[in-house]
Amino acid sequence: MIPDKSEWIKALEERHGKELQNKIFSKTVAICGLGGLGSNIAILLARAGVKKLILIDFDKVDVSNLHRQQYKACQVGMYKTEAISCNLKEIAPYLETEIHTAYMDEKNFAKLLQSADIICEAFDNAEAKASLVNFVLSEMPTKYIVAASGMAGLDSANSIRTRRVSKRFYLCGDEKSDAGDGMGLVASRVSVCASHQAHAVLRIISEEFEE
Amino acid sequence: MVKINGEDFAADGKSVKAFLLEAGFDTKRVAVEINGDILPKSQYENTYLNDGDCVEVVSFVGGG
Repeated sequence: MIPDKSEWIKALEERHGKELQNKIFSKTVAICGLGGLGSNIAILLARAGVKKLILIDFDKVDVSNLHRQQYKACQVGMYKTEAISCNLKEIAPYLETEIHTAYMDEKNFAKLLQSADIICEAFDNAEAKASLVNFVLSEMPTKYIVAASGMAGLDSANSIRTRRVSKRFYLCGDEKSDAGDGMGLVASRVSVCASHQAHAVLRIISEEFEE
Repeated sequence: MVKINGEDFAADGKSVKAFLLEAGFDTKRVAVEINGDILPKSQYENTYLNDGDCVEVVSFVGGG
C-alpha cells in the first residue's frame, strides 16, 4: 500500500530534521541529461524529497544503457524522460516532475532552466558540458551548477571528488577519465559520481558550502 | 606572473585564447574563470592576462 503524503513527510522529517527537510521540500532542481549520471541523481533527489525535478533528455532507452542507467529492460525504446518519470512516481509519488524531451543547446537553456534553483549537468559529451556550464555561469546569475567530469573506467572510486570551483560552480569527478579512452563507463563508478552530484545539491540546499 | 590552476605562468600580456591554445586546451571543452568570474567564450580573444591574475581553466572530459 502506498503511504499517504503526511506519512511520507513525517518519515523524511524524522530522517533529515524538520528544518532541513523544509528547505529540501522548497527546491526545484533541473537534471540535464538522463543517462548514468542523471537517472541516478534523479532517484537520489526524489528520495530526499525535493519539491520538483525538471528532467531533460532527447534520447530513448537503449539496451546498452541498462548496465548503468536506472531503467528497466521493459523500458527499452521509451523516451528517457517518460521512463524516468514513471520510475520516479513509483519511488516518490508526491514529487512534482516536469519533463522536456528535447536536445539542449544555447538556444533553449534559458527557457528550460528558468524555474530551477540548482542545475545538474549530466550530459555525456564534453563540449555540451562546457557549453551548459558557461551559459549558467554567464547568463543565470542566481543559479548554482553542479557538473561532472571524469568518471569512466575502473580506477579507484576514491578519486571521484567534489570541488567548489567558484561560488556557484561545483564539479564532481576525477577530472581526467574520459569515456572515449580505454574501457568506458562502469556503473559503480558512474553512480559514485552521480551520488557526489546529488550530495552537492543537498549541501547547497542546506547552506553547507564547500571551502 | 599569472596563477593558472594553482601554478605560476609567465603569461602576462597574452590573450586568454593564445594561452589556451599554447597550453593545448580545446577551447570548446573548457570553462575559464578569472579571479572568480566566468569569462564568456566570446571574450577569450580580446581578454588579456594581467600580472597577479588567478585563472581557473576547467577542461571537461566525456562520460555521463
